[in-house]
Amino acid sequence: MKEKLLRIENLKKYFAVGKGQIVKSVDNISFDIYRGETFGLVGESGSGKSTLGLTVAGLHTKTDGDIFYNDENLSKMNRKKKVIVNREMQIVFQDPHGSLNPRMVVGDIIAEGIDAHKLYSGKKRQERIYELLEKVGLRPEHAKRFPHEFSGGQRQRIGIARALAVNPKFIVADEPISALDVSIQAQVINLLEDLKESEGLTYLFIAHDLGMVKHISDRIGVMYLGNMMELASSDDLFAEPLHPYTQALLSAIPVADPSNSRKERIVLQGDPPSPINPPSGCRFRTRCPFAMDICSKAVPKWKEVQPDHFVACHLYTKEEVGEV
Amino acid sequence: MNRLLEVENLGVNFKTYGGEVKAVRNVSFHVDKGEIVAIVGESGSGKSVTVQTVMGLIPKPPAIINSGKVLFEGKDLMTLSKKQLKKVNGSKMSMVFQDPMTSLNPTMKIGHQIAEVLIVHKNLSKAEARKKAIEMIKLVGIPNAEERYDQYPHEFSGGMRQRAMISIALACSPELLIADEPTTALDVTIQAQVLELMKDLKTKINTAIILITHDLGVVAETAERVIVMYAGMIMETSSVDAIFNNPKHPYTWGLLESIPDITTSSEKQRLIPIEGTPPDLFSPPIGCPFAPRCKYAMEICVNQMPPDFEIDEGHTAKCWLNDPRSLGAEEILELRGRGREREASTN
Repeated sequence: MKEKLLRIENLKKYFAVGKGQIVKSVDNISFDIYRGETFGLVGESGSGKSTLGLTVAGLHTKTDGDIFYNDENLSKMNRKKKVIVNREMQIVFQDPHGSLNPRMVVGDIIAEGIDAHKLYSGKKRQERIYELLEKVGLRPEHAKRFPHEFSGGQRQRIGIARALAVNPKFIVADEPISALDVSIQAQVINLLEDLKESEGLTYLFIAHDLGMVKHISDRIGVMYLGNMMELASSDDLFAEPLHPYTQALLSAIPVADPSNSRKERIVLQGDPPSPINPPSGCRFRTRCPFAMDICSKAVPKWKEVQPDHFVACHLYTKEEVGEV
Repeated sequence: MNRLLEVENLGVNFKTYGGEVKAVRNVSFHVDKGEIVAIVGESGSGKSVTVQTVMGLIPKPPAIINSGKVLFEGKDLMTLSKKQLKKVNGSKMSMVFQDPMTSLNPTMKIGHQIAEVLIVHKNLSKAEARKKAIEMIKLVGIPNAEERYDQYPHEFSGGMRQRAMISIALACSPELLIADEPTTALDVTIQAQVLELMKDLKTKINTAIILITHDLGVVAETAERVIVMYAGMIMETSSVDAIFNNPKHPYTWGLLESIPDITTSSEKQRLIPIEGTPPDLFSPPIGCPFAPRCKYAMEICVNQMPPDFEIDEGHTAKCWLNDPRSLGAEEILELRGRGREREASTN
């Protein structure tokens, strides 16, 4: 049995957007992240995948629900323990330009976590910075330079070095490659995979590039308008997507092979509805080609349809509802 | 087929404080009537500058066009006056930009922005233009066209805005549509809608399309011919099938290998990135610009710019490996040329 590093139960994150309206960015989501795996999170813009990632990492205060880290409830921890957990959870951000302070030299950027947690000082701190730079494929002399002297790919490496500085166990990578060129993306992905092995990390990898998510992830969760629609191992998900949304999403990926003879593409009609006023029942029903009466009335249950393959769709709960 | 657009030896530099950036060097290509040509390349490869020069949109200064001709239906666009160029732009040739939010006027109703083109170029009356504009909105698949006509860009979603942009570009049924990363800012499901739309329009009104993208998947699914650009130059050009099945340039190999293959399952394959970064275009290398990152670089690659070797009809590659005199190259080409043969690069 795989060991659970994180257990997320009924997590909710709502934002007030004025005039008494709320956006349910993350609405009642439960899943586990096993130790040593890469959990991929996909979804279109506005699906709440980044909010979920940042809430898990503690950058957003959750509205409701529980997050267990090593079987301990994060919100019931004492301060001392919380500091340790905060050190063990780190984030790599999407924008390599906006996430590095332009007035700090790279060495100090990387060492910010070291300083905050008082891990090393003096010569040891310096050595640690050099070691980290080498680990992410940069050179020690880069420590004295400023972020603007680096290319996008190199900056992302700096962001990764900063996350690694405090010996984390769990890293939330929030769209770490979407701002990079194709040939550079592969460099960063390979680096992340190497570090996972050598440092014994667990990743929550958020991206909208489904090909890359499939490549790097062991399991994938698909989000739509704040809800988790489907969760399965990446092979199962791509081989046999169960939720109509996942099916459409996967069929929309352009494949770099002109002779590719795959199934007809499912082109979804319309746009995702506004998250302020989402549809009743299943949130995907307004664009779903298989929408039934029940879909507007009841929120579909999160159900394990096959071993380790979860889906929230009325198509797979027909028997229980009594509809054929 | 007849030639619609012919670009010959185009060279564009930019004057900056740090010196002159050689953004586009010696670029020649053509577009036939009614075909979809994709230009692929990374940021800074000169793909956008090339098409903006074709459209006459490049600001001079800082840009300096130091060589080349742009022939559109046989006329050299470079020699036209601003007034003459305005007649071509928008009616015979039009453009869709990457960011649909900033390329629409936020203070003008969507419908008026479409009708404006028709009033200016086709001399239609306001009422006629309105009618035609509503037709265009319907054509690009926006529901409730009449209602949408009177709405502002902020009331549209990203995909809808891109459709509105396309309807502006297509209002005068142009011969050539230039789409600069039209789907990069969109989600995959919306991207699929927009690409379907563009293919559909090509068959309906026989518009030729230049599609700029960095996504090889988009290329494979939409284009007929491909131009691969790197560091301001064309590295390889061929039909879509040849680019994916018989590429002859190491940069093309690199691009194909650095994207994960979603069609094969299980066994995790390692991605093969192109190591290093693109060259500095202030002083580009005298030899092949890709040589510093190329696994197969020979001495000649560093010292001398390779010519365009003709592989097949309509398939050229700017790489010395294709020279019959380069030793051992045949084997490499044979192994790598079959496209996505990953095992080739592991030995």
